[in-house]
Amino acid sequence: MEQHKYSISKWCTVSDETVSRLDQVVFEGEKGDFAAFAKAYYKANEIDYPKFFKMDALSKLAFIGSECLLMDEEFEKPSSDIALLFSNASSSLDTDLKHCESIVEKESFYPSPAVFVYTLANICLAEVSIKHKLQSENTFFVSPRFDIDLMYAQASYILETNRAKQVLCAWVEYLEGTYQFFGYMVSPYKQGEVEHTRENIKNIYKR
Amino acid sequence: MEDLKIELKGKIIEVLNLEDITIEDIQDNDPLFGDGLGLDSIDALELIVLMDKDYGIKLSDPKEGRSIFQSVETMATYIAANRTK
Repeated sequence: MEQHKYSISKWCTVSDETVSRLDQVVFEGEKGDFAAFAKAYYKANEIDYPKFFKMDALSKLAFIGSECLLMDEEFEKPSSDIALLFSNASSSLDTDLKHCESIVEKESFYPSPAVFVYTLANICLAEVSIKHKLQSENTFFVSPRFDIDLMYAQASYILETNRAKQVLCAWVEYLEGTYQFFGYMVSPYKQGEVEHTRENIKNIYKR
Repeated sequence: MEDLKIELKGKIIEVLNLEDITIEDIQDNDPLFGDGLGLDSIDALELIVLMDKDYGIKLSDPKEGRSIFQSVETMATYIAANRTK
C-alpha cells in the first residue's frame, strides 16, 4: 500500500458571496456584488490592510481565500516554508478588459496605472506573499479548468524537492463578476488527516 | 482655492481608493507620501493622470512632481496657476 507523506490539512471555497472552510460556511455576504461582498468580509474580519482596497477583483479573491487558509497557520515571518500554487482559466482578463476600456478612445486616453499593474494574473501571488511575508516558491498556471493532475504533480514536486514544507494550492477564477476560489493546504501528513491524493482533491473540490 | 482643495481631496480619495478616509481627515498640509497618507509610487502615477485628465496639466519632469505632490495645499496651488480645464 502506498504511503502518503502529505495531507490536505484544510480547504476553503469562496463563491456566491459565501466563504466556506472545511465545508462549513464561515461568512455570507449579500448576494450579487463581489466588491460589496469583499468589503463586507474585510470589515467583518477586522482586517487592517488598506492596500486591499487598491487590489483588483482577482487579487481580492485570492486574498480572501488565502486569508481563510493562513489565518490560523503559525509560522515565522518572513517565511520560505509555504509555497503558493495558483491557477485559473481567465488569467487577468477581467482587469485586462478594464485597462482596454481606458485606452480605446483616442480623445480620452487615460490608462490607469493602478489598473495596469494588475494586468498579470500572478500579481495576486505577490499580494498574498506580501501580506503574509512569504518569500517562497510561487507558480501560477493558466488552464481551461481546474487541473487536478497538474496541481497534484506540482505540489508533490515542490514538497519532495524540499522547496517548501507546505503548499497553498488554489483555483482563483474571476471574470466579469463570476468567480470561484477553491484552495487547500498540502502539509506533512498527520494521523487522521485527509491524504494528499488526486482522488481526495477531486472529492473535496466537488463538494 | 478652498473649493479646489475640497474637490481635490474628494478626487484623491476616490481615485486612490482610500477606504475609511474622509475629506475631513485630510489636512491641507498633510504630507501625501511617507508618514502622511502613506501613498506609494503607483499612487503618484495616478495623481499625474488625475492632473492631466481633470485639469489639463501634463507633468513630465519627476522633480517637478516631488514638490507639487507634497500636500493638497501644494497641489491646489499648482493646479490653480496652471490648469487648462
